[in-house]
Amino acid sequence: MDITIPILILAIPLFMFLLLGLAGVKMSHKLAGTLGTLGMGTVLVLSYYTAFTYYFSGNPEFIDGTTRLQAVIFNHTWLQFTPALAIRIGFLLDPISAMMLIVIPTISFMVHVYSLGYMHGEKGFQRYYAFLSLFSFSMLGLVVATNIFQMYIFWELVGASSFLLIGFFYTLPSAVSACKKAFIVTRFADLGFLIGILVLSYFTHHLDFLPMTQNPQAVLASFEGVTFLGASGLTWALVLIFTGGMGKSAMLPLHIWLPDAMEGPTPVSALIHAATMVVAGVYLVARLFPLYMLEDAALMFITVVGAATAFYAAMVACAQIDIKRILAFSTISQIAFMMVSLGVASKNNVAIHEGLGYMASMFHLFTHAMFKALLFLGAGSLIHAVHSNNYTAMGGLRKYMPITHITFLIGCLAIAGIWPFAGFFSKDEILSACFANGTFWGIWMMMVAAMTAFYMFRMYFLVFWWDNPDYEKEHHGHLPHDPGFAMTFPLIFLGIVSIIAGFIPFGQLVTFDGHEYHIHIDWSIAGLSMGVAILSIAFSAWLYMKKNDKPQRMADSCRWLWTAANRRFYWDEIYLFITRRIIFDGICKPIAWFDRHIIDGTMDGFAYVTNKASYAIRGFQSGKVQMYIWWYLIGAVVLGIITAICVL
Amino acid sequence: MDITLIWYLVPAIVMFCCGVYGFLTRRNMIAMLISLELMLNAVDINFVVFNRYLFPSSMEGWMFTLFGIAIAAAETALAIAIIINLFRVSKNIDVRDATKMKN
Amino acid sequence: MFSNILIYFVVIPVVMLLGLFLCRNIKQIRAVAVTGSVVLTALSVWLLVDYLALRAAGATDPMLWVDSWQWFAPLNINLAVGVDGISIAMLILTGVILITGSFASWEIPQPKEFFLWLILLSTGVYGFFISIDLFTMFMFYEVALIPMYLLIGVWGSGNKNYSAMKLTLMLMGGSAFLMLGLIGIYYHSAPAGQPLTWNILEIAQNDAISHGWQTFLFPMTFVGFGVLGAMFPFHTWSPDGHASAPTAVSMLHAGVLMKLGGYGCFRVAIYLMPHAANELAWIFLILTGISVVYGAFSACVQNDLKYINAYSSVSHCGLVLFAILMLNTTAMTGAIMQMLSHGLMTALFFALIGMIYGRTHTRDIREMGGMMQILPYLSVCYVIAGMASLGLPGLSGFVAEMTIFVGSFEHSDLFHRVFVIVACSSIVTTAVYILRVVGKLLYGPVYDQHHMTLTDAKWWERVATAGLIVCVAGIGFFPNFFVDLIKFTFSPEIFTVIGLN
Repeated sequence: MDITIPILILAIPLFMFLLLGLAGVKMSHKLAGTLGTLGMGTVLVLSYYTAFTYYFSGNPEFIDGTTRLQAVIFNHTWLQFTPALAIRIGFLLDPISAMMLIVIPTISFMVHVYSLGYMHGEKGFQRYYAFLSLFSFSMLGLVVATNIFQMYIFWELVGASSFLLIGFFYTLPSAVSACKKAFIVTRFADLGFLIGILVLSYFTHHLDFLPMTQNPQAVLASFEGVTFLGASGLTWALVLIFTGGMGKSAMLPLHIWLPDAMEGPTPVSALIHAATMVVAGVYLVARLFPLYMLEDAALMFITVVGAATAFYAAMVACAQIDIKRILAFSTISQIAFMMVSLGVASKNNVAIHEGLGYMASMFHLFTHAMFKALLFLGAGSLIHAVHSNNYTAMGGLRKYMPITHITFLIGCLAIAGIWPFAGFFSKDEILSACFANGTFWGIWMMMVAAMTAFYMFRMYFLVFWWDNPDYEKEHHGHLPHDPGFAMTFPLIFLGIVSIIAGFIPFGQLVTFDGHEYHIHIDWSIAGLSMGVAILSIAFSAWLYMKKNDKPQRMADSCRWLWTAANRRFYWDEIYLFITRRIIFDGICKPIAWFDRHIIDGTMDGFAYVTNKASYAIRGFQSGKVQMYIWWYLIGAVVLGIITAICVL
Repeated sequence: MDITLIWYLVPAIVMFCCGVYGFLTRRNMIAMLISLELMLNAVDINFVVFNRYLFPSSMEGWMFTLFGIAIAAAETALAIAIIINLFRVSKNIDVRDATKMKN
Repeated sequence: MFSNILIYFVVIPVVMLLGLFLCRNIKQIRAVAVTGSVVLTALSVWLLVDYLALRAAGATDPMLWVDSWQWFAPLNINLAVGVDGISIAMLILTGVILITGSFASWEIPQPKEFFLWLILLSTGVYGFFISIDLFTMFMFYEVALIPMYLLIGVWGSGNKNYSAMKLTLMLMGGSAFLMLGLIGIYYHSAPAGQPLTWNILEIAQNDAISHGWQTFLFPMTFVGFGVLGAMFPFHTWSPDGHASAPTAVSMLHAGVLMKLGGYGCFRVAIYLMPHAANELAWIFLILTGISVVYGAFSACVQNDLKYINAYSSVSHCGLVLFAILMLNTTAMTGAIMQMLSHGLMTALFFALIGMIYGRTHTRDIREMGGMMQILPYLSVCYVIAGMASLGLPGLSGFVAEMTIFVGSFEHSDLFHRVFVIVACSSIVTTAVYILRVVGKLLYGPVYDQHHMTLTDAKWWERVATAGLIVCVAGIGFFPNFFVDLIKFTFSPEIFTVIGLN
């Protein structure tokens, strides 16, 4: 394939970032927004072209008979460390990167369009579009990485652009602390990622993906006999790399930044904190999956972390008031689904083809990106109309905002896994994979799926049904209404995609070994999961359809659980304690004190002693000549006596 | 009775010791200067005497004596000039009080 | 003598000194300072181009433009010059910082005297980087240190007398060690019966320093230079000195002078005494490892912007010495990259801090806030500098740190690798203290309403900061160019110690 288009896919967003970042101040809002959107539109067309060429052209570069190949379009040595190790910036086309080339520009373009309406008139509009372009550039660079260090580079860049976008409203203290938190928590995770890369490169002498993933046995051989604290060296490397993914994908204990990241503008939450950046962790594991398959311990770790996170986030989502927070925890829970799906796809999983979990995970990544972006954008249009993030300020909105209502309902049905919406298909594959690995995981995840349906419809009913506040009084005569076309178009588009995405023959396109994989819906599991979902929806409809005091009574009956879930099980307090009390007060301050008083005190002490000593002996230099003569005489006499003694 | 070397050396050493004693004990600068002159002259006597008795053929000791006298004269002139100026400033030529340039 | 291009790096500053002496008003002074530093930078860039051409044509000598003129025959003291890729990189760095420093001190009081001392200081720096004779190297080293006392003592702020004295005395203390070490090297520079020499290349070739002497002289020289490189526990001059120094002096000091330490460590200590370096590296590795982590943690709780940056310099310069001690090509290349990168970004930091301080008259982050709304240009520059400091890809900090970490982790010994992981952890701490400043100083609501009337950067301030940002981004975008420039120096033939490893 010609390298022009791949280069343009990366270069256009970067150029847009530089252009809008440097010259944006001089532009009008309209011009900056149009330029940014046009740039993203071009990228959209180019990357669709690239992805379709990859999947359907039949080019021998991309497909060998029925096996899809991994093709490196270009690979430029950016920084040579040693003859074997180098950072290369390249463009890798394989099933998953081609899929991401569809997901990212689609969502990004929709968000660009949506923001024209949503961010209209905001101060720093040009800066906003510059950051969006930077993010798109970084995310595209991340998914096409040919080299683990390229991935790390763009990994850091998406982190930075996420920081900048969360802190977009930088005058608000809550946004400032949220963006700091997001950056530092993910940075901490990236430390694990970096150490993992170092360990991996030390033993394998590779930083490029393909030599590692295409020949996993050689990687295993290079780690022969290396153990550390009872686990094999490769397990350590893979778990450390996964730590990076845990940070970015907000897995349990490093999830705390994502709910706070909702301080950013809502379209940003849709793009970065729902659809694209947060799935980077899943993508990372998928990219290195051939290596993970070698180590059951690492996969087990992923499964356990994912399952715990999925359950935890679903619990918390049931007790939130802020609709963006509910969506954030739902995102965490859904990403955990993808992680679990990868984790259960072990090669020892004899009951079913090992590729099922991998394929299901990628499928869910795709569908989730669509319907979660839809939900976030829908939430954005609600917030735009009501000027509050809390569902307590909403209710009965179905009458005022029909388009938002329909599209939001589609999103909720999709995430709940109701046929024929997209989520049904991908979630069914995940559950199949879980059941194939072990009944425990299957039942566990099915329970989480039921909770998903419950909390999503809880939000849906509370926002669109429930009671009808007196909007006229609260909004000075303005009734909430559907937003303009710039904002409804993305909703409608993504709504349609969420309906039809499930019918994409994913097994033919994205599999981990490139071979076609036949999806067959296992109706025993699918029927069961759909039945459970429908029951949950019915339950939440019973609770929340009409205004009543059942929810209140339920919350009162186990108040401690409700409070704990509402406070997110006190993770933030624990972190605050660790960072403030232990690290800040317990490490940094003593070190600073030690430096000022002990180390510097020693240096000052030298100066002090010298000073005092010279004061002490300066009395000899009295300036009195007669004193000097006395000393001279005494000296002469003593010397004379000594000489005399010696001579005699 | 022969006038030997020792006849000259004893008065010279007495003179020198007087000079040292005076220099150490007197606080008046003029007196200290006189003591200094005493010491110098004692040394001059020694020079001349040693030259005359030990090396009668050479002249170095005499030359040194002449030098010494000249330098002593110059030194006295300088010292007296300083002392007079000091007196003008502080009406006092006690060496213990001349501490203006310290600190 | 004047046929060798290198000598002009000393001649031009001396001519600048004469020119400054004749200047009558501030415009002339600015003209001389800017013209001179631009000429110096242009000269070093030209040197770089020529160097690359010569290397491409197959020159394999360890140093090029080598020349030597006798100065004092009885002690074999010569003015010997010669450069390799590292020296050229340092020369360019000095030039860039000198230009931007001149712009940053555009409105300094008593400009004539200030620039006289500043240029004298840079004469020392340039002389140090081009010398390969230990004696003249030491002489230039001292020339670079002494003006610092006056620059801080006269033009400084805060507790400037104390700081100036402390800085000078501590660095002089280091020099005392250093001088002992250098004289020791001189007396063992040649096998018995042959004439002694101060010339680094000849000493390395003779390889005559016995093993016992190496173990004595290596710590002497390493500590001597390490003091200037802010090695724990000899770093405490840095926070006080930087806090009191005027802007351009902080820039030049943190940007260039601290590099003299790192440069000296490998040019003298490791290059001349490879066996001792190999054996004793672990001791200093522990000290520099402590520097890295300790500096970062200390920076987290400081409230004075300059203290934060000074401790951050301790951490970053600790990484330079840390990487040098890993004694392998990649890590040492990374160390040089870190020297360049830290020099540029810390100069940028100090320039910005000086500009902010010049407006708000406080450096305490508790007394400022919301600067992004008031001084958008300076604040954006500050964020960029911060991002460079915490190692954002695309800026210089990332490539330097990654080269260091990857190179150091290649070490075959487990102890070393564990220490690398400890040093790695500083990337998190760095993020903490940088974002703390960004959050408190730049973001958030405006703290002091009086600050609302402040004006954003003047044109010369824009030139200074933009120039540094371009350099930082240049290294960040095209690291391979710089790595190739530096790497040749660390071949096993030239650096015995790398062959040993």
